[in-house]
Amino acid sequence: MAVPGATTLSDETVGRVPPALRGLLPVLIAAPVLALAEVLLGASPFATYLLSVVGVNIILAVSLNIVNGMTGQFSIGHAGFMAVGAYIAGVTSLSLKEVALSFLPVAASDQVLFTVALLTGGVAAALCGFLVGLPSLRLRGDYLAIVTLGFGEIIRVVVQNTEAFGRALGLSGIPQYSSVAMVYFWVFLVVLVARRIAGSSHGRSLWAIREDEVAAEAMGVDTTGYKVRAFVISSFFAGIAGGLFAHFVPIINPGSFTFVKSMEIVVMVVLGGLGSTTGAIIAAIFLTLLPEGLRSLFGALGAEGSLAQKVDQIRMPVYGLLLVVLMLARPQGLFGTKELWDVVPRWLPRKKKGMS
Amino acid sequence: MSQLLQHLINGLAAGTIYALVALGYTMVYGVLKLINFAHGDVMMVGVYMGYATAFALGRQAQHSLWGVVLIFAVAMVGCALLGFLIERFAYRPLREKPRLTALITAIGISFALSYGFQLDIGFLPGASPRAFPEVITPSEWFIVGDRDVVVWNWQVISFLIAVGLMAGLQFLVYRTRFGKAMRAVSFDHRTAALMGIPTDRIIALTFMLSSALAAGAGLLYAIKDTSVSPLMGLYVGLKAFVAAVIGGIGNVPGAVVGALLLGLVEEFVVGYAASTWRDAVAFGFLILVLLVKPGGLFGRVAAEKV
Repeated sequence: MAVPGATTLSDETVGRVPPALRGLLPVLIAAPVLALAEVLLGASPFATYLLSVVGVNIILAVSLNIVNGMTGQFSIGHAGFMAVGAYIAGVTSLSLKEVALSFLPVAASDQVLFTVALLTGGVAAALCGFLVGLPSLRLRGDYLAIVTLGFGEIIRVVVQNTEAFGRALGLSGIPQYSSVAMVYFWVFLVVLVARRIAGSSHGRSLWAIREDEVAAEAMGVDTTGYKVRAFVISSFFAGIAGGLFAHFVPIINPGSFTFVKSMEIVVMVVLGGLGSTTGAIIAAIFLTLLPEGLRSLFGALGAEGSLAQKVDQIRMPVYGLLLVVLMLARPQGLFGTKELWDVVPRWLPRKKKGMS
Repeated sequence: MSQLLQHLINGLAAGTIYALVALGYTMVYGVLKLINFAHGDVMMVGVYMGYATAFALGRQAQHSLWGVVLIFAVAMVGCALLGFLIERFAYRPLREKPRLTALITAIGISFALSYGFQLDIGFLPGASPRAFPEVITPSEWFIVGDRDVVVWNWQVISFLIAVGLMAGLQFLVYRTRFGKAMRAVSFDHRTAALMGIPTDRIIALTFMLSSALAAGAGLLYAIKDTSVSPLMGLYVGLKAFVAAVIGGIGNVPGAVVGALLLGLVEEFVVGYAASTWRDAVAFGFLILVLLVKPGGLFGRVAAEKV
């Protein structure tokens, strides 16, 4: 980037924006789009629901990508962190239900309380991430995968046996504060954080650990510290995703956060390409909308209702085969470690090599 | 006191079955350094093969000894074939790739099998659990005092079969040419190939052997549990895997000890605490063991070279 005389078109374009505004630019673009979406979707609860699910899955995939993709620590218990966030945020919201901030209008006060609940859930999940990250001090590879899996299962069992969390029946009556704008605000935030990490020296250390842990350590990278931090950040966002999820579905129960959910997220990350934020986002959108698309396709074709119902049944075996075929044919996933701007056609204005 | 004894017996009986499944994990890991996540689901397929055979032989009729042998034989041979196919088409192409790719493939196969079997299309069995036919009619063999301690015949039979299979495996690994080749491949498969050992064939045979063991263990489990479902492989497989890791994966006696320990721990949790906590305790035990001894109880942590 600092090569003299190699100023590219996009550098010039960015150069015209005052530096103070540069970081805000994505927000300035996103905010009106979200506001518009919120207005347009007001009439269609199903579209709102679908968009929210897509958003939550994007948050989950992008956050898991920080651990699985960037750090190379194969974690298969992400649903556990999501469960922590969902339940803690749900319980917080339930206990704050009667409280209102008198100096604010009701809607604003609700959103403030919602944010508080979300952050509580996120922090609780981050603490759990810290606990899971610690064993990575001594374990690596397959063993760490198993510990994360075990952790996810332990969370499920604990939730199932705790009175405050509604046991197997789950938690209902959580106020439905979540909105598309809120979900996509967090999507924006997690993508921003993931990209900032990837470009920072912190991220370079994560990549180094991913490529060769022993060599990274020999080069003076504090591998344990970075791995634990990656776990903490990733699980924080998983907790946020859980909290958002809890506030737009009518009921959360332990059945929503099983090993199967963890694997769904892993499939998204692997399909997109381990290490590519763009890939995680696109795979999350694709895999979330695919069953819905197939269902409505079968419905439109006039097939008996049974076929449309079978879509959900067929989904999991297809995920499994997809993993196998991907590993055999394209182990780096759709995007590899590339991002959107690495694959857009050459004639589009873009930066030369280097991280953005 | 008698209650403790009863729990001990039940725990050991559960542990022997875990041990048989765990041996499959350990063998494959020993030879390929691959956690064969699909092992439990191969076991499930074997159980369904046995189930189909039992029904083909006659619905609820008491099976003769030869009938039982036939059920086991069909399931074990069928699973050996399935194991061969999985190894040939899913794992062999990835042998020189990073280990994580093979692990992801294994998880994929596990999902394809366990959820594929839940479909109710064509000959697939559907999601609902089925009652396993009474291959061995349960009866109480030893009763101490006034039914204080009860030992069932299937507990003794599965214990004997399990011990027999384990002894056979130990003999195979340490006393035969095939076992020697297996150990050589496990030590360094490239050098083994240079020495004229047909590595591909040895690895395929190891897979077939471990899959056949899994089928046998699965049938014993089904006889004990009297119900079969497509998801049984996921959970029994996970438990057995936990057992193998506790013992130090890749170590045959370690797998057996780990499985017996896990069986006892689970039985005591169910007996003295609450059965709903069983899975959490199993994984908690695993994490605890790994934190203290990262290589498992009998495993060695190899110093990593740069």
